[in-house]
Amino acid sequence: MADSEQNSPADNAYWATNIKIVTSFLVIWAFVSFGLGILLRPLLSGISVGGTDLGFWFAQQGAIYVFLILIFVYAAVMNLVDKKFDVQED
Amino acid sequence: MDLQILTYLVVGASFALYIGIAFWARAGSTGEFYAAGRGIHPVANGMATAADWMSAASFISMAGLIAFKGYDASVFLMGWTGGYVLLAMLLAPYLRKFGKFTVPEFIGDRFYSSTARIVAVVCLIVASITYVIGQMKGVGVAFSRFLEVDATVGLLIGSVIVFLYAVQGGMKGITYTQIAQYCVLIVAYTIPAVFISLELTGTAFPQIGLFANHVESGVPLLTKLDTVVQELGFTQYTAQAGGTLNMTLYTLSLMIGTAGLPHVIIRFFTVPKVADARWSAGWALVFIALLYTVAPGVGAMARLNITDTIYPNGIQGEALAYDERPDWFKNWETTGLLTFEDKNGDGRIQYYNDKATAGDGNLIDPTWAGNELKVDRDIMVLANPEIAQLPNWVIAIVAAGGLAAALSTAAGLLMAISSAVSHDLLKGTFMPNMSEKSELLAARISMGVAIAIAAWLGLNPPGFAAQTVALAFGLAASSIFPALMMGIFSTRINNVGATCGMLAGLLSTLAYIFAFKGFLFIPGTELFANTTANHFLGIAPEAFGAVGAAINFGVAYAVTSVTAETPKHIKELVHSVRVPRGAGAAVDH
Repeated sequence: MADSEQNSPADNAYWATNIKIVTSFLVIWAFVSFGLGILLRPLLSGISVGGTDLGFWFAQQGAIYVFLILIFVYAAVMNLVDKKFDVQED
Repeated sequence: MDLQILTYLVVGASFALYIGIAFWARAGSTGEFYAAGRGIHPVANGMATAADWMSAASFISMAGLIAFKGYDASVFLMGWTGGYVLLAMLLAPYLRKFGKFTVPEFIGDRFYSSTARIVAVVCLIVASITYVIGQMKGVGVAFSRFLEVDATVGLLIGSVIVFLYAVQGGMKGITYTQIAQYCVLIVAYTIPAVFISLELTGTAFPQIGLFANHVESGVPLLTKLDTVVQELGFTQYTAQAGGTLNMTLYTLSLMIGTAGLPHVIIRFFTVPKVADARWSAGWALVFIALLYTVAPGVGAMARLNITDTIYPNGIQGEALAYDERPDWFKNWETTGLLTFEDKNGDGRIQYYNDKATAGDGNLIDPTWAGNELKVDRDIMVLANPEIAQLPNWVIAIVAAGGLAAALSTAAGLLMAISSAVSHDLLKGTFMPNMSEKSELLAARISMGVAIAIAAWLGLNPPGFAAQTVALAFGLAASSIFPALMMGIFSTRINNVGATCGMLAGLLSTLAYIFAFKGFLFIPGTELFANTTANHFLGIAPEAFGAVGAAINFGVAYAVTSVTAETPKHIKELVHSVRVPRGAGAAVDH
């Protein structure tokens, strides 16, 4: 995806950093929802949470809380990254 | 005070507020009409986005869906919230940086193709119109149940209200009304939920109550519910009934469909900066989560309340006698959403899964002659305050909340439709020399016409109206989301590749949906019966959007690799949307 021949090296470095951050955040996004909420639920059925198991909690509550944290941390991290690469808005 | 008068007062006050906003927020330019002058604070936009997104389906139907599907309904909870992570990281900031007014405009510019733009407009209009019909019907139902006004009259009143603020104020008027509507709907949703959670579990937070002990029986609520529904022959509440692959793809389809719905994306064009678009997606999810984390509790508790009402002495005791049914039961019978048929003629209401086989851990009495109670899942939220015997003012607020949820989403959808018509079709394709003043007039006229069409379709709903989820999310997931993502994350994908990809995603998804649900949803034209055994790898039509998206990506890359390279100025455009610097320029666009 990163074919950026006509672009300034600083902007390319900024974009490469963004891609790394987005990728790692989306791994967590997929892990809590598809992972803990659906695919790994049978493996975690031993961990009980209020009358059911951890997988059910993630599927109906936990995943949403993690999504929230991910977006706010991403927004905060990107503000720092924008400044570091000097691409922030005025 | 009389419930009827109270409901009129509360609903009337909320409508007066929306009309007041209409006169205050008048749009003077296309920038204000399409993007509210790009001056909306990220928290305010988050709130407006939450109202824009949460429709009559989220407010009225979702908790009922959870109540009857249990764990399997998690696909809606994760799918309709997880899309905001994708919006925040993959789409919203870059599309805000691009700084134009509509979703098809980005697709047309980035893929330097008016064909691609028209394909996007068609997807947008089909998805949004299907969606808006459901909202208009919701307005009619809420009016007829709570205000005892004819559904047609109710729908027309709703249309006139939307007309007043949407035609006058465009996105600016819609934004401020949506903020007010969010406040009404969240209060309306929360109050009954808190009361019911207190009553059943002793905790005020339904998020905690769902996993707390059931006060009456002393065992955890979900354990109690699992036992009760199993005794009635249903699948255990917390057990998975459907296939794992289908559940995973269904969730993914709803996530990417959410991120690709144009009426949600354009909300992020109204904030001043790229950084604001990221924060705003977070705030939108905060306000959405206030309802979405409460809904599972409401669903589970409503399910328990229904069974407790029908079997006051437990499943083995005598079922409720029809003559002793409570008032709320009678109220909802008149709407036809709750029906009783005394199949064994004993005057009592036997409610159970009559397809269950005896000895499956259930306590079904062999003398029962079939399930006698049909409960439409849509009544779970609306009837909740009555079932829990809450005061009349709570019922009045719930009526105003349901109307707020339907009207706010309808206005957002109408905004997406009318801007696609006036900006993409008229200004962008057929009349490029139109002045700003004529475009603003054209935008107002398209809005008026869109409202009239939506009202007409609400009164005469076509057969496909009930298929909103499959159609709107399928189209957004398989055609719009991949095109936007490739437009931002690849400089290589070219005009031919993107257009072929969108068409391949769109047509494969439509073909799959139509194969099981009938061509254009006309009954009898389906190729296969819509059952899990017939589905390809067990994938339901609603879950196919993610597969369509994969086809879109694959075709786009393959076609691009054998056609002419993307021109230099397009690559520069892609590089420019990737960096936030310079987004302020678009404020005066």
